[in-house]
Amino acid sequence: MTLPAQRWPALRLTGITKRFGAALANDGISLSVQPGEVVALLGENGAGKTTLMNILFGHYTADAGTIEVAGRALPPGQPRAALAAGVGMVHQHFTLAENLTVLDNLLLGTRPLWRPGAGRTAARARITALSRDFGLAVDPGARVAELSVGERQRVEILKALYRQARVLILDEPTAVLTPQEAEALFATLRRAVAQGLAVIFISHKLHEVMAIADRVVVLRHGRVAGEARIAMTDPARLAAMMVGAEVAAPAVAPAREGGVAMRLSGVSTAGFRPDLRALSLDLVAGRITGLAGVSGNGQGALAALVAGLARPAAGRIEIAGGAVADWSPRAAVGHGIARIPEDRHHDGTIGDFTLAENAVLERLRDRRFSRRGWIDRAAVRAHAEALIRGYDIRCPGPEARIRLLSGGNMQKLILGRVLEEDPAIILANQPVRGLDIGAVGFVQDRLLAARARGAAVLLISEDLEEVMALADVVHVISQGRLSPGFARGSMTAAGLGLWMAGQGFDDAA
Amino acid sequence: MIDILLSVSFWVAMVRIASPLIFATLGELLCERAGVLNLGIEGIMVAGAFAGWYAAYAGLGLWPAVAVAFATGMAFGALHAGLTVAFGLSQHVVGIGITLLATSASYYAYRLALPEVTSPPRIEAFATWPVPGLSAIPLIGPALFDQTPLTYLAYGVAVALALVLARTPLGLAIRAVGENPAAVEAQGLSVSGLRTLAVVAGSGLMAVGGSFLTLSAFNSFFFEMVNGRGWICIALVVFGGWRPGKAVAGAFLFAAFDALQIRLQQTPMGAAVPYQLFLMLPYLLSIAALIAMSRRAAVPAALMLPFRKGER
Amino acid sequence: MRLEPIAAPTLARRLLPPVVALGCVAVFGGALAALAGADPLAIFGLIVTGAAGSKFAALETLNRATPLIFTGLAVAVAFRARLWNIGAEAQLYAGALMAVVLGSGALPWPGYALIPAMLAAAMAAGALMLIGPAVLKLRFGVDEVVTTLLLNFVMLLFVSMLLEGPLKDPMGMGWPRSPAILREARLPRIVTGLRLHWGFGLALIAAVAVWVIDRRTVAGFEMRAVGAGEAAARFAGIRVPRVVIATAALSGALAALAGLSEVAGLRGALTMDLSPGYGYTGIVVAMLAGLNPLGVVAAALFVAAISVGADSMSRAAGVPTYIADMLLAAALLAMVLALMLTRYRVRRA
Repeated sequence: MTLPAQRWPALRLTGITKRFGAALANDGISLSVQPGEVVALLGENGAGKTTLMNILFGHYTADAGTIEVAGRALPPGQPRAALAAGVGMVHQHFTLAENLTVLDNLLLGTRPLWRPGAGRTAARARITALSRDFGLAVDPGARVAELSVGERQRVEILKALYRQARVLILDEPTAVLTPQEAEALFATLRRAVAQGLAVIFISHKLHEVMAIADRVVVLRHGRVAGEARIAMTDPARLAAMMVGAEVAAPAVAPAREGGVAMRLSGVSTAGFRPDLRALSLDLVAGRITGLAGVSGNGQGALAALVAGLARPAAGRIEIAGGAVADWSPRAAVGHGIARIPEDRHHDGTIGDFTLAENAVLERLRDRRFSRRGWIDRAAVRAHAEALIRGYDIRCPGPEARIRLLSGGNMQKLILGRVLEEDPAIILANQPVRGLDIGAVGFVQDRLLAARARGAAVLLISEDLEEVMALADVVHVISQGRLSPGFARGSMTAAGLGLWMAGQGFDDAA
Repeated sequence: MIDILLSVSFWVAMVRIASPLIFATLGELLCERAGVLNLGIEGIMVAGAFAGWYAAYAGLGLWPAVAVAFATGMAFGALHAGLTVAFGLSQHVVGIGITLLATSASYYAYRLALPEVTSPPRIEAFATWPVPGLSAIPLIGPALFDQTPLTYLAYGVAVALALVLARTPLGLAIRAVGENPAAVEAQGLSVSGLRTLAVVAGSGLMAVGGSFLTLSAFNSFFFEMVNGRGWICIALVVFGGWRPGKAVAGAFLFAAFDALQIRLQQTPMGAAVPYQLFLMLPYLLSIAALIAMSRRAAVPAALMLPFRKGER
Repeated sequence: MRLEPIAAPTLARRLLPPVVALGCVAVFGGALAALAGADPLAIFGLIVTGAAGSKFAALETLNRATPLIFTGLAVAVAFRARLWNIGAEAQLYAGALMAVVLGSGALPWPGYALIPAMLAAAMAAGALMLIGPAVLKLRFGVDEVVTTLLLNFVMLLFVSMLLEGPLKDPMGMGWPRSPAILREARLPRIVTGLRLHWGFGLALIAAVAVWVIDRRTVAGFEMRAVGAGEAAARFAGIRVPRVVIATAALSGALAALAGLSEVAGLRGALTMDLSPGYGYTGIVVAMLAGLNPLGVVAAALFVAAISVGADSMSRAAGVPTYIADMLLAAALLAMVLALMLTRYRVRRA
C-alpha cells in the first residue's frame, strides 16, 4: 500500500505577527512543514522563535496571521484546540508534575475529567508499544522526580505521541542533554518522521541543525531571514544568516594594555548546566575580552563566578596578582568589579525601589552613603542626580520608581552605578540586549571609554557582531570550555561560528 | 492507663472526636492538593456548625441541614477561590479574612435569629445507629460502628476522596495542578477551573465537619464551639503528608490524645502530667513532620503559588 | 481572565479602587444593620460617638488600639520582607509571659530598672519565637506560614499549662491566672487620672522607630530590598539570610511588646483571655495600612474605633456587636483586592 498523496502540509503558518507593547516579536512569519519532514527553526535568542511557538500552541494570540493544521484552521488562543488538532509541544522547561508518576503525567488531560476510572491498564499497554516503536525507554511507574533530564524529555515526547500528535515541536531540545542523549533523541526523531510525523526543531546550534533537519528556516529580529534545504547549505552560511551580514567594525582606538587585572586559573563550577571545566582566562587591563558562544554553553556559570554569585569548585581566582579567599557578591564589589547583570529586571534592579535607592544598592554601606547604619539621604540623592546627569538617564527624578524607566534608561543607571566607581574590572553580560539603537551606542561608548581608562572588560554576548566590533580578543565558549583567544580581525564570523558549533576543541566528541 | 485503653467508652469517644476533624481535614487536603492553602477553614467550620444547626432548628430535617452546611461552606469557598485563584491574592491574608468573616457572620446571624436567648436551644440531633452485625465486634465494633450516620458519612467521604484523587482523571488533574500548574495548562486543562472546584468542594467539606459539632455532638450551637479545630486540621494535613489515609489516621491519633487526656486527668498518675503537653504533641509532631518532609518534597510543589497565565 | 501590570498608575487608578472598596464596605455595613432592623445610616453615627464621643470612649479606643499597633507593626515589618508571620499571637503571649515572670516579684528592682528589663526580656522572647521558624525556612525550606500558625497553639497551651501550674496565682480562687505583677512593674499612666497607660506611648514610639528604621537605616533598606527583589538584593551583595533573621527578630519583638503592654499597662496579670486574637487582627491592621508603619497607627485606631464603637452602637441600636468583625473582615478582603487593582488591569485572556 502506498501513502496517499499529501494534499496539505501538516502545519502551515501564514503571516504571523505579534506585538508586545512597542516591540515587534513576530513580523509576518510564514512557514510550513510537510508530514515526514524535519524543519529546523534557527535563530538567536530574542529572534522570536519562542513567541512563535507560544502562538502556535495557543498560549498567546497573534495580532495577525493564521495557523492551519492538515489544512484546517486552528482557532487562536486555545491550547486545547491545538492539542486536539494533533500539535504536540516539548517545551524547553518541561511541563511535568515531578511528584507524579510517568504514567500519570501521560494520562493527564487525556480522558474526560468526570469519567470514573483512570484507564491505567490500557494506557500502560499503549505506552509500552509507543516506547518500543520510537525507542523511548522509560518506566511508566517511576516518579518523574527520580528521572534524569534525558528521561524526562522522553516522557515529554511520549506525552505528545500518546495524544497522537501529527506535528511535534521541540523547543531547544538538546540544550539540556548530553551528546549521547542528543544522539538518542535524533534516532527517535528519525523514527517519528519515518512514520509520517512532521517535526519542528527549534535550535540555535548549527551542527545539530545540520545533523537532523531536512530544511531550515532562519529567524532574525522577528522575521524570516532566510530559508534553505540542508543539502544545499553549510554551517558558515547559516551562521551569517543568523547574525546578519558582516558589518564593518566601528573605529576603535588601538588598545593600550596593562597587566593582568583578574585571572581565573583552572576554575570549575558545580551546579550549572553546563559547568565550567578547568577554564583559565586572563582579563587584561585596557583590553575588552569578548566571550562569544551559543547561549547555554557556560556563559551563565562564568558570569556567576566573576560576579561573586558562585564559588569555584576547583581552581582559583586572582585579582591584581593576589588570590581571593572568600568569594561572594559583596567580595566582588569590594574588589572593585563592576558587574552589569544579564537580567536587569531580576538581578540588576528592584522594580519598586526608587532610582536613588537602586543607584546605591551595592554601595549603601560605604561611608559616602551611610554612617553607623544611618543613611545619608542627601548624599544618596546627590549621587543619583549626578548619575542622571552624567549618564543621561531620562526619568521624572531620583525618587521615581525604577519600574517606570525604559530598558535603556534602566541599563544606563546600572552602568552609571558601577562605572562611577572607576572599576579596574568590568563584567558586562549581554549589556545591550533588548535596547534601542541609541542606548546601544551609549552603552558601547561607555565600555570603550572604560577600556581607554585602563579597565579590564569581560564582554559576554550571544551577538557575534557585537563581540567582533568591540572586543580586542575574542574567546568562544562551548560546553563549558574556552577556545584560544583570537585577536581583533584575525577571525571571520564564519570561522568563529565553527568554534561556536563546537568544532576545533581538542576533546570535541 | 491500660484500663482506659481497654474501655469501650474511650474508643467510642475517640471516633466521635475524630469525625468532624476527618471532614475538615479532607476538605483542607483537597484544597492543598490543588495548590491552595485555605486558612479560612476555622471560620468555615463555624459557619457550617451554625448553618447546619439553624437549618435543623428551623425544622428542615437533619440531612437537609447537612446539605445547607455544605452549601454554606461552598459559598465561602467560592469567595476564597475568587480572590486567591482568579485574582491571585495572597492565600494567607485572604484565608485569615475569610475566617474572620465567616466566624463573625455566623455569630451575627445567630444573634439576629435568637436575640433573647441566654441558653442555646437544643435540637433533635442525629442518634447513634449501630450497624447490624459489625457493631457486635468486641471493642472495635462499638467504636467504629455504633456511631451517628454522620460518622459513617465521614468514612464514606474519606474513601471516596482517596479513590477520586488516586483513581480518576479528575483526581489526577487536581493533584497535577497542585504540583505544576504549567503542566496542567500545557495539557489543555483550566488551572483556575480545577483550583476553584477543589477549593469550593473542600470548603463544603469543612463546613460539614463544623455541622457535625451541632448536629451530632453537642446538639446546639454556642460561641467558640469550634475552638481551634480548623487549625488542628491544617496541622493534620501536614502530619498526614497530604495523603487522605494518613490524614484520617492523624485525626484518629489526635482524637485519641484528646480522649486520653480527659480520662487521664481523673487518674492520680495523669494529674501529675499537665494535659496541655498531650494537646501540644500533635502540633509539635506536625512541625517535625514538616522538617522531615522538606527533604522528601511531599508538599504539593505549587502550594501557595498563584498561577498567572503567560508568567513563568 | 488575565492580570496585566500597569507601568505607571495614574492618580485616579491609585485612589479609585480603595475608595470604592471602602464604599462597598459601608454599604455592606448598612445592609447588615437593616437586617437587624436598625436604621442603616444611623449606625455609623452611633459607631463614631461610641468610639470617640466622650473622653471615656476615646481613651477606651486608644487602649484598644495599643496592642493592635504593636501586632500590626510586627506583621508589616515581616510581610515587607516577605516573611509570612502568622504567629504574632504566640509572640504576644511570649512577651506577656516575660512581663509576668519578671514583674511579679522575681526581680525586686525599682521601676526604672525593672521595666527596661521586662521590655528587653519580652522583646528577646518574642524575637526567639519567630527566629525559630525563620531558621527552619532558611535551613530546610519549611514554610513559615504553617510553622508560625502552629506555634500559636503550642504557645497558648504552654501558657495554659503555666497558669494551671507554676505560675498559678495562689490567691486566684482556682481560676487559671497569674499572680498580679508588682506596682513597680506597671507601666505608668501617661496623664495622672486618665485611664491611658504608657503602652500607648510606647506603641507610637515603636511606630515612629520602625518608620525611621524603614526609611533611614541600612538595616531597614536591606529588609525592604529582600522583600521587594530578593535576587537583586543578593546580586548587590546584601546577605539575605542575615536580613531574614534580623527581620524575624524585629517582628517578633514588636509583637511581644503587645503582650507586655497589655499585662503591665492594662490587666496587671496574665490570663488566657489576654488577647482576643490581636495577633490575627494585626494582619488586618497591617494590610489596611498597606504595610506602612505610620499607616499602621491609623489603621489600628480605625480597627479599634470600629470595635469599641460597635460595642456601644449595639447597645443603643440593637445590632449585634459582631457587626464590627464582619466590617473588618469585609474591609480587609475588599482592600487587598483594591490595592491589587491599583497595580494591575484585568483583561480577558
